[in-house]
Amino acid sequence: MAPSQNGSGGQAHTGTWTLKTGLAQMLKGGVIMDVVTAEHARIAEEAGAVAVMALERVPADIRASGGVARMSDPEKVLEIMAAVTIPVMAKARIGHFVEAQVLEALGVDYVDESEVLTPADEQFHIDKHAFKVPFVCGARDLGEALRRINEGAAMIRSKGEAGTGNVVEAVRHLRAITSQLRALADMDEAALAERASEYRVPVDLVKRVAQARKLPVVLFCAGGIATPADAALMMQLGAEGNFVGSGIFKSAEPARRAKAIVEATTHYTDAKLVAEVSRGLGEPMRGMSLETIPPAERLAVRGW
Amino acid sequence: MPSAAGDPKSRPARVGVLGLQGDFAEHLRTLTRLGAEAIDVRRPEQLDEIDALIIPGGESTTIGKLAERYAFIPKLRERVAAGMPVWGTCAGAIFLAKDVPGHPHPLAAVMDITVERNAFGRQIDSFEADIDVRGMGGGPFHAVFIRAPKIRATGRDVDVLATLPDGAVVAVREGALLATSFHPELTSDDRFHRYFLAMGRR
Repeated sequence: MAPSQNGSGGQAHTGTWTLKTGLAQMLKGGVIMDVVTAEHARIAEEAGAVAVMALERVPADIRASGGVARMSDPEKVLEIMAAVTIPVMAKARIGHFVEAQVLEALGVDYVDESEVLTPADEQFHIDKHAFKVPFVCGARDLGEALRRINEGAAMIRSKGEAGTGNVVEAVRHLRAITSQLRALADMDEAALAERASEYRVPVDLVKRVAQARKLPVVLFCAGGIATPADAALMMQLGAEGNFVGSGIFKSAEPARRAKAIVEATTHYTDAKLVAEVSRGLGEPMRGMSLETIPPAERLAVRGW
Repeated sequence: MPSAAGDPKSRPARVGVLGLQGDFAEHLRTLTRLGAEAIDVRRPEQLDEIDALIIPGGESTTIGKLAERYAFIPKLRERVAAGMPVWGTCAGAIFLAKDVPGHPHPLAAVMDITVERNAFGRQIDSFEADIDVRGMGGGPFHAVFIRAPKIRATGRDVDVLATLPDGAVVAVREGALLATSFHPELTSDDRFHRYFLAMGRR
């Protein structure tokens, strides 16, 4: 905690856990969209996105072009921040705490320590407690989610397989997290201690989660959402909101699709509405089956 | 005026929370704990079934667009004109304000206040502070400000309930309308929710 510089008096504190997790609370029920340019960001805001994620290339292009994927050019991040009034997130490589420092210095509202970029450290994730800016991290299961939270992540997104337009991995990861959460609720002390050691996190954290029957931070879904029905599916499976990457700006009509995905995320139990907004949206992104992706090119296995 | 707290002899108050986007679940939870019948409002016709309404924190552009798309605003204005108590927290306060300079999107525009969005800066400038609230017993209120707005100007009939040490207005009331720049729903202190439930009774 640090004293405030915002004229609100000497007792104000910034960068607290409540503020970090609190911003994620404000994003619930919403869609966070990957954007590469200020123009994309304006389309996303106009469609009703609750935040945008600034990155150099959308995951589908990272997948197609290969090479090392890094944090965006700060110039691009600043252009996007200037273009919209909604929160701006940006991606840093796993373990690349200096990219995170740079993004914090630019004033981004959230940093995504993301497996979509090429990892910078094969041993350590970023110590996220050391920052005032909040972090979101990906997870494939509850253990991974709790390790990230223990490192200071203030928001979790299930990983899915980014840039595929295929929702199957998103479903697998979200189901893993929610079913493992349910399993914790029925465990006795000894079983919880065993689970904590398996997850490599403090037993206190596991006990708190078992008692609350939910993560102590907001849980979004990411990685492969391409249609309004995909978005509503993830909400019905227990996501508190959606990240949509390539699915919007790799489709035929991004503005209409973005708006439809926002509406389907809000009214995820209203099948009539989801049907209505899904009509005639044009070509979705092409998408790919997971079997066609060699294991070395899978993004979700990055991080641990 | 419909009673926010309802008639204790007949039924608990039906208090809606606009559930289009944001931290509506936290408001619903607090209301339920206080004995109100808390209703997640996602369709405009539900506005006829409630005694009072909370517009939660969230992204004001998103909430504004969805409210417009589903034609909430005319119905809400009608209910406000009939005296229904409404409380906006953060994005909700922006939603209620008559004047939001530079806001590109439709808003309810029912409360005689000028609200500046993101007035304290970006997320790294978000802060927590103890504030004194006029007429609220029990000591200072611990307020959580997240990318918060400031209430820059208030109309003649608007009472200022709380300010920061530098004079920035962060809580106001105008008749049955209440607006706060901060998020009482993110803390365990439910005095603002009780204050709101009591508003309809007076």
